[in-house]
Amino acid sequence: MKNVFKGNLTGVFVPLIAILFGFVAGAVIMLVSGNNPITAYGALISGIFGTPYDFGETLQRMTPLIFSGLAVAFAFRTGLLNIGVEGQLIVGWFTSVLVGIAIEAPMIIHLPLALLAGALAGALWGFVPGILKARFQVHEVIVTIMMNYIAMHVVNHFIRNYMIESGQRTAFVNDSASLSSEFLTNITNFSRLHWGFLVAVIACVIMWFILWKTKKGFELRSVGYNKHASSYAGMSVNMNIILSMSVSGAFAGVGGAMLGLGTYNYANILPSFTNYGFDGIAVALLGSSTSIGIFLSAFLFGGLKQGANNMQSQAGVAPELVEIIIALIIFFVASSYLIRWIYSRFQSKKEGK
Amino acid sequence: MKKRMMMVVSSVLAAGTLLAACGENNDDTTPINENGNNNNEVTENEGNNENEGNNEATGDGEAFSSKMVTDVGGVDDRSFNESAWAGLTMFGEDYPEAEVDYIQSSDASDYAPNLNDLARQGTDLTFAIGFLMEDDIRTIAQQNEDQNFAIVDTVVMGDDDQPVSNIANITFAEHEGSFLVGAVAAMHSETDQIGFIGGVESPLIKKFENGFKAGAKYANPDIEITVQYAQDFNDASRGQQIADTMYGNGADIIYHAAGGTGNGLFTEAIDRNEGGENVWAIGVDQDQALTEGEWSEGNVILTSMVKRVDQSVYQVSEDTMNGNFPGGEILEFGLEDQGVGIAETRDNVSDEALEAVEEYEAMILNGEIEVPQTDDEYEDFEGSL
Repeated sequence: MKNVFKGNLTGVFVPLIAILFGFVAGAVIMLVSGNNPITAYGALISGIFGTPYDFGETLQRMTPLIFSGLAVAFAFRTGLLNIGVEGQLIVGWFTSVLVGIAIEAPMIIHLPLALLAGALAGALWGFVPGILKARFQVHEVIVTIMMNYIAMHVVNHFIRNYMIESGQRTAFVNDSASLSSEFLTNITNFSRLHWGFLVAVIACVIMWFILWKTKKGFELRSVGYNKHASSYAGMSVNMNIILSMSVSGAFAGVGGAMLGLGTYNYANILPSFTNYGFDGIAVALLGSSTSIGIFLSAFLFGGLKQGANNMQSQAGVAPELVEIIIALIIFFVASSYLIRWIYSRFQSKKEGK
Repeated sequence: MKKRMMMVVSSVLAAGTLLAACGENNDDTTPINENGNNNNEVTENEGNNENEGNNEATGDGEAFSSKMVTDVGGVDDRSFNESAWAGLTMFGEDYPEAEVDYIQSSDASDYAPNLNDLARQGTDLTFAIGFLMEDDIRTIAQQNEDQNFAIVDTVVMGDDDQPVSNIANITFAEHEGSFLVGAVAAMHSETDQIGFIGGVESPLIKKFENGFKAGAKYANPDIEITVQYAQDFNDASRGQQIADTMYGNGADIIYHAAGGTGNGLFTEAIDRNEGGENVWAIGVDQDQALTEGEWSEGNVILTSMVKRVDQSVYQVSEDTMNGNFPGGEILEFGLEDQGVGIAETRDNVSDEALEAVEEYEAMILNGEIEVPQTDDEYEDFEGSL
């Protein structure tokens, strides 16, 4: 009983300490480079909460991060490392925009259809590495990394040759497929906040429900804990691997649809990766692959990225610093062993006294 | 123990306040309005204070502020953004009462928040550097109708297919400048083969391509020109690959309009020159020979086609400060206003070619040569030779 309690505590404790260390280290870097960390962090925080606009943009930025975090976490629960969230997100983005432009239908049909199309495209992009892993034992990390490049260049090709409208982008999606909301935009003083945020919250619940409340979810987690034991217990490990990668891809695909139908309302030729997928790995790691954790860490990262702009214009700190802080937080989460060790030393000292 | 904590806390606080004070001082240096800013009848200033929220700086309408949002390259990209910032800096030096600043975008999703940030600060004139910000600046300009915006390299159309009235559109006659370097390339080529590497295929880069081809053909009708697009502005290895193929197939001079991708061209040209071949590259946007292309016996950059983004930014800022904001206008900076041209570093260019450049420049200015911009115009041009 005591052990369980302790385990839960460290589950929350490690990320919090990691975040704290990350900020402290960031402050040290600012001091060394001649900036005032108090002003800078003040500007950072007011860049997140200061105005309705900033807060709306923060929520907008965290929306795709929630999805990419969920995608990484879902695969991770089955013992798979899905590095391909980036690619799955890109195809989801493109496909949802394609459906958003090409089809005319009332909103009640069109919007779900466009979201579904994004999910299916992402699922397909996750299915391929899933089946390669299950059937031929090809390592999913390698396949998913390669699939990222295929996704980006194929999508760029299609946009460039068939869908280019002006400059680097496609036409705007029809209003009936758009998640944009005049209401949300108005209450947040023209931010790009859209209904996708609610979809993301629902997705968090769905992920929790699938993994913890269904038989299939139990199987998926079981495969993640121990493949051989699960196989011995009569579960089909291969089927679960394929399923897990597909569902993971579907989450990523909807994340792409958030960008395509919500934030931008178009798809554009990507000069390089969007990095949402890679940030998703960080989000999942910091959120220790739980729905609530992912929601909170997506908020942290989305907020940091949004606040970085204000930190730049108000305090004159380079926005790259935020990237460094994020990297440090991840570093400290990854080295949670170190934190646990310090924590236990601290504990034993206390007990010694 | 407790006392020590107090010491630490108070010293941190003290250091914090000291540092904060330093920071504030810096901010205050700009808006002093001593030497009678006689040009200060900028009527557009009035509307700014309508924005609620954190209107800390400049919104009082006393001093003029002109700020820019960079593209992902940042203000030290040795090209476009750097040039724009140089223009603003110069403007700030010439008019010390005006405030200049920039915000850097880390990726495309930062454009809108950054532009919005400047708009809400009450910036009198907000520049978007690069055509990728077209959609974002349109939205934000429409939301902040009382404020002035400007975008470089594109024309922003509103819903009624007319240029948006509070955006000044800064464009360049890249085809004219490219014509001149095309002529230089044709006159220097020993193999009668030259090449062009484009970034992403778009009407803008087509202007470079067609101007270059036209200039080369005009100077030497027998010249062969290979064109290839990298479909990327930031992939130096792809640029090097393309340059390798072109040089390998016999071209000896290559011009690029490909941003960071073009750096691969310089690498390849340096490698080949070090290996004993004699090939050249032509730079773009800035006088690239100043920063790139050095090899053990000189510089591989024959010359560059410069685009004076700095001058255009300076001029639009000055006009706006004087109350002549060119909103809704399409400004084209061409040879005439020295908005484009061949770079000042021209040690590698022969006198003969320089004479020809002068001659062609005059002919373009008096309308004798009409430089083509699109593929169709180029075909007509080629037919007329």
